Amino acid sequence: MTAVHLGMPALPTAPRGVGHLRGDESFPAAARSALRDGQLRANLGHATTTIRDKRARVVDELPDWAELREAGRALKAATMARLDDHLEELERQVTARGGTVHWARDANEANEIVTRLVQATGASEVVKVKSMATQEIGLNEALEAVGLDVFETDLAELIVQLGEDKPSHILVPAIHKNRAEIREIFARTIPGVDPGLTDDPRQLAMAARAHLRERFLRARVAVSGANFGIADTGTLAVVESEGNGRMCLTLPETLITVMGIEKVVPTWQDLEVFLQLLPRSSTGERMNPYTSTWAGVTPGDGPQEFHLVLLDNGRTAVLADEVGREALHCIRCSACLNVCPVYERAGGHSYGSVYPGPIGAILSPQLTGVEDNASLPYASSLCGACYDVCPVAIDIPKILVHLRAEHVEAQQRVTPEAAAFRALSTAMSRPWLWHLTQRASRLGRLIARGRPTLPNALPPPISGWTRSRDLPTPPTSTFVESWTREHGR
Amino acid sequence: MRVALFATCLVDTLTPSVARATATLLERLGHEVVVPRDQACCGQMHVNTGYRREAVPIIANHVRAFAGAEAIVAPSGSCVASIHHQQADVARRAGEHRLADDATELAGRTYELSQFLVDVLGITDVGAYYPHRVTYHPTCHSLRLLRVGDRPLQLLRAVRGLELVELPGAEQCCGFGGTFAVKNADTSTAMLTDKMANVLGTHAEVCTAGDASCLMHIGGGLSRLRAGTRTVHLAEILASTEDAVTPDQQTKPAVTA
Ligand code: SF4
Repeated sequence: MTAVHLGMPALPTAPRGVGHLRGDESFPAAARSALRDGQLRANLGHATTTIRDKRARVVDELPDWAELREAGRALKAATMARLDDHLEELERQVTARGGTVHWARDANEANEIVTRLVQATGASEVVKVKSMATQEIGLNEALEAVGLDVFETDLAELIVQLGEDKPSHILVPAIHKNRAEIREIFARTIPGVDPGLTDDPRQLAMAARAHLRERFLRARVAVSGANFGIADTGTLAVVESEGNGRMCLTLPETLITVMGIEKVVPTWQDLEVFLQLLPRSSTGERMNPYTSTWAGVTPGDGPQEFHLVLLDNGRTAVLADEVGREALHCIRCSACLNVCPVYERAGGHSYGSVYPGPIGAILSPQLTGVEDNASLPYASSLCGACYDVCPVAIDIPKILVHLRAEHVEAQQRVTPEAAAFRALSTAMSRPWLWHLTQRASRLGRLIARGRPTLPNALPPPISGWTRSRDLPTPPTSTFVESWTREHGR
Repeated sequence: MRVALFATCLVDTLTPSVARATATLLERLGHEVVVPRDQACCGQMHVNTGYRREAVPIIANHVRAFAGAEAIVAPSGSCVASIHHQQADVARRAGEHRLADDATELAGRTYELSQFLVDVLGITDVGAYYPHRVTYHPTCHSLRLLRVGDRPLQLLRAVRGLELVELPGAEQCCGFGGTFAVKNADTSTAMLTDKMANVLGTHAEVCTAGDASCLMHIGGGLSRLRAGTRTVHLAEILASTEDAVTPDQQTKPAVTA
């Protein structure tokens, strides 16, 4: 029996034409250009190696890491099994504490809701806390389209915004830029910046700080994401390093939080597990500098108006896939990116989505429907390093392989590749035919003309191999053949 | 013990010397080797490329070919990992529950070479002689799916005459990844380039591993560079003795693994 639910209509995926889940090119094409960028490879290699080592050190010092990880996995699995109940509880608790909950089926609905809420305040600009969900739905573009000014306040996100660039990493969106490049962006775009600005990290941080401080103080509306939404207390939580989030979450009068529905956790106590797993996995710190939590509104303290926008945008469809749904357990730590040999070389932009790396390769195709991101599940050598470091033990290689099959099975026509694999399957399941096929491979000996390797110039798809690697000339006899000849049956 | 040898489709077709070495080694250790003639493939390449339905008859053939074997040994971490972690799942998803049960049962008796030697036979010194400077690449599926750990290194350290040099960045993938090597040839080559730089940095004569597929990739790259360093499968090193150094080890270029 296959996992097709008869009679159940396909659940909606993230709509096209809005947000940043789809690239313009396939992964191999985008990676080809990225690989030519020596600076990018140097920056990424340096940054990922550093953070990888830091993570390994702080994870190794915990004797119960394996148990913590299993607890995280189990909590997420149990939460997903009753996601609807937890979300309704979250809504009740947030409402009871003076917040307003909005349900957004997709990116368009979420953008409309947030735009309407901002416009209702009469403000002309918003400050933002770094958030993957709002990147995913393209909220900045939606707000700018109605004439609102949007200011990213996370340092790396600010670099990306000022450089009119795209984020390339979940945690460090400007990981592809080095100090010299950042100095150039600041010198060019920050009004009134000291012309003598150097690429000293402290100087750069101070320049950003002066630029942002002014915006924090005059901001009336802030937009954030959330790392966790705690159902039993109606609390939202944001985990960060710089303190800019704390400013956004406390200074403005109105706070709007956009949260993917999978970010709900049932109880306050669950944070005990996740707040140990997350900082160690993401920044390689024992504890992150700032953890902000808030529930509804508190008279006279912090924002007096609070809106929570719960975003689906394809997540229910992911939940319906019994293999793929584990992707919703992700706590966006980015450890899988930092260890991924493919990410390290191809860079985040090659994935065409705000979610790059191994998690992106399994999440983006599920949110959009696999045919809209069909090259991503193949953007992995299945080395398994991501699964090893994932703090909630998402079996990413298994989901990649599953999505490859979903792609293959979605084809209406028989592709040349499918024809080849079917023929090979027929041969490999019938010993006599397999032996014939092996013998046919010996035709390669003709073109090798006595050399130990085949010529470099072979037609596609073999050229994909021979462009950089030699192929051995097939031997005169297979092992099974010669063994059988020597030993009889 | 009577050991059934699963050569794997790639070794059988392209690098038969690896299967031959495995048989030679097991016989030298006093075991009877049988080679089921009807064996073909474990189905991994189909499963990993998305053809899980087409993999079912291949898995069925594998289970038929090895039915009744006491122990099955393969010189490949990757194929053994597929037998342990994929075959039953794929069969079950296709509704073939009998096949899934049989595959699970067979997987329980299937071992990667270094695991079989160290865990089942309990030996690390197989009496081999191999007077070369060697570096070891722990292939991803041996390392992370089968968790063979340092078993291959234990075996190599006991080989007489062998000088073992540590490979920097050893645990980084070489970039093979099955059809990944062709579908994402550029990224695969970038990964290979870094692996080769690390291999050449050791000044080893030989780079060894427990997977002929990864070695074909690394060896193919080294051979293209005319690098001098060649790739030799772990089984071939363990099969060598003072009086039975196979001619392969001296004369063939890197690419023949
Ligand atoms: S998939 Fe796992 S490792 Fe990757 S970002 Fe999510 S939680 Fe972290």
